[in-house]
Amino acid sequence: MEDTNQKPAESAQVILRMTGIGKSFLGIRVLRGIDLSANAGEVHAVVGENGAGKSTLMKILAGVHQPDEGTVEIGGTTRSFAHPVEAQRAGVAIIYQEFNLLPERSVADNVFLGREPTRRGLVDRAAMEEATARLLDELDEHGFGPRDLVKDLSVAQQQVVEIVKALSVDARIVVMDEPTAALAEHEVELLYRLIRRLQGRGIAVLYISHRLREVFDLADRVTVLKDGAHVATVPAADVTTAELVKMMVGRELDAYFPPRADASAVGEVRLTLAQAGNAKLDGIDLELRAGEIVGVAGLQGSGRSSLAKAIFGAEPFTRGEMTPVRPASVREGVAAGIGLVTEDRKAEGLALNQPVRDNALLVARAIGHRSRTAVSDLLRRVQLSPPREETEVKYLSGGNQQKVVLAKWLTVAPKVLLFDEPTRGVDVGAKAAIHDLMREIAGAGTAILMISSELPELIGMSDRIVVLRDGRVAGHLPAGATEEAVMALAAADEAAA
Amino acid sequence: MTGRVVALVANPTRAVYAALIATLAIGWALVAFDGGTFTLNDLVGIQQRSAALGIVAIGQTLAILAGSLDLSVAYLISLVSLVAAETMAGQSSNILTAVVVALGVSALVGLVNGVVITKLKVHAFIATLGVALVIRGVLDHLYDGPAGRVPVEFQQLGYSRVGPVPVAAILWAAVAVGVWFLLRRTRFGNRVYAVGGDVEVARLSGVRTDRVVIAAHVLCSLCAGVAGLLLASRLGAGAPTVGTDGGYDLESIAAVVLGGTALAGGRGGVAGTVGGVLLLAVLDSVFNQLEVNSFFKDVVRGVVIVVAVAVYARRTGRRAS
Repeated sequence: MEDTNQKPAESAQVILRMTGIGKSFLGIRVLRGIDLSANAGEVHAVVGENGAGKSTLMKILAGVHQPDEGTVEIGGTTRSFAHPVEAQRAGVAIIYQEFNLLPERSVADNVFLGREPTRRGLVDRAAMEEATARLLDELDEHGFGPRDLVKDLSVAQQQVVEIVKALSVDARIVVMDEPTAALAEHEVELLYRLIRRLQGRGIAVLYISHRLREVFDLADRVTVLKDGAHVATVPAADVTTAELVKMMVGRELDAYFPPRADASAVGEVRLTLAQAGNAKLDGIDLELRAGEIVGVAGLQGSGRSSLAKAIFGAEPFTRGEMTPVRPASVREGVAAGIGLVTEDRKAEGLALNQPVRDNALLVARAIGHRSRTAVSDLLRRVQLSPPREETEVKYLSGGNQQKVVLAKWLTVAPKVLLFDEPTRGVDVGAKAAIHDLMREIAGAGTAILMISSELPELIGMSDRIVVLRDGRVAGHLPAGATEEAVMALAAADEAAA
Repeated sequence: MTGRVVALVANPTRAVYAALIATLAIGWALVAFDGGTFTLNDLVGIQQRSAALGIVAIGQTLAILAGSLDLSVAYLISLVSLVAAETMAGQSSNILTAVVVALGVSALVGLVNGVVITKLKVHAFIATLGVALVIRGVLDHLYDGPAGRVPVEFQQLGYSRVGPVPVAAILWAAVAVGVWFLLRRTRFGNRVYAVGGDVEVARLSGVRTDRVVIAAHVLCSLCAGVAGLLLASRLGAGAPTVGTDGGYDLESIAAVVLGGTALAGGRGGVAGTVGGVLLLAVLDSVFNQLEVNSFFKDVVRGVVIVVAVAVYARRTGRRAS
């Protein structure tokens, strides 16, 4: 693999050059000898598994952490930032996965937080609103205005606010950390447009993502990190997905997904819905059988998560039939052997301050189920590594946290297990492990319903796919359907997303 | 119609004023039915009684908006009343010195609260409770009862009127307008909301969050100090129990929350707090007029506060879903 970290830099204007960056926390080395450069108008993707050091590297650039060794040069000047604000002033803007916005304040307040313009000592709201409106205009964003409260905006719109904030500080380097994690498929396209606009302004965009498709869609160059070290920097056009994955995990993941269930493995019916509906869903017919994985596709707002919550009893069905039982509450759902692995594991799936053991026993204790399987066996089954029961869950990686959530449900041997975005924010290696586990759980006789907005995952994992649109079933697709077929059904009324 | 009612309740500040007007109307009707009258004088009396609580609650609003709270205000009020009355010692020539010393003591207490919370990272509840206990210890050790003497001139603050309006009410209004302006029009105000809304977001935006919290506490304690001066002028002396007897600590927090300010910080404002204080005061006067048993009075106040917060919570819950 040819290393191009320096080469194209000669021709283009180099805005950022990080050289030999090293960092240790509590004596543990998390970064060593990392080089990263970015040119004006370039999208430079930074990829690597969780724990590869991407976040730490970006936090060094943002002034949140200080490097132990190495230098950061911005616009040819060596800089060292003691505080995030210094990095901001030097032209570095970071858009974190969890937005840094105040929901109760207006868009303009958020954009100018910490550097409000004043007139005769008083905050000049008119100037703030005018400047914000101008930037929104430049980005072709007319869905909301400077006075709207951030809490009333959609996730995609909040992202626009973050971008406006970056533009308003005249950022020369914009770092985006998993920007599409919370976006629906059609919003991703809008984000792409915004990123190209930033490029057009000569801004260097550092793009961190687990989704390699986006990397190929957007990036000029890709830098791969692994275990805190620099693996390679290559033009995106010169590598294939397989090669990138190999660099990231150090092995070839030729089989992305475990083999599907064959007909003999599919057993008895575990759950049937007939014309089921509630405030967000209508006329849902669905059958889940032991041993199979049914994928649920749909745009954001199509009722994907609502379907899982309704089956689980969190937002119960009010119409139609569900057999063997139609749970009216979560408690009834769990008692009927239904489990839900939620989309937001930190808020809804785990007690972050409690150790692994207590988290694994949450459900069993709640319903007074006496598990016959020891927690240690379960943790081994979900391949938690290291399988320490006393560690507080907040210290685990995303992948390990998700495994604890799985263990939590496995204690009660569920008949039906619902997954809402099972691998969101999970790195490539752990993703494969979770996919294997899902297949194994299905193989052991559990019916699985999996919601995913990542089409390759949905298609790779599902034995069949149900597509939702506006709270109704828009259609069924067999295993191995194409992405186009799924999107055509999901977005029938919209310009194909 | 329902839509309008919903719109009204959707904004806690408006809701508290709607409740205030409704309570006034119902109170007036009940009192009239009872054979009494509810006069301008009663309204003025309401102003008079609520001024001290009102001023403390304005300060408390600042602390709560910044994501903190202050449990030490009641003991601070007692302390300030004593410091002021003793420094004045009945001499009108000492008034200015006494006011400066009293406010200085208040600011110092606020500074301690703020520093303990931000630098020692002690939760505001415990930090200000600790400071409250320290002040109580000092008061218990030094005073058995009222002490010092306030000159007649200073008593004007507590009792005189401009036309029908008590000076105390004007003072309250001035504090309210001042803090409202501070919150709405200054950078400091913006930052109070930012810090209370999300400390990390504020910090990453370059806000010196510790300073904001400390300043909010200094201002909160200054408000308590002003209330302490007001109460000393009414009593004609300082008293070690004037603050706690009035229940200014929890009552001020209740008034702020009743006014729609989120106890977690970052949302709300002065206008709601003024409404909350007035609502509590009107309830009080109506009950007084009707000669309702004081235990029952407390029960109603408690229910009103809890119901109000439950209504606001429903509102935010609906919007989130």
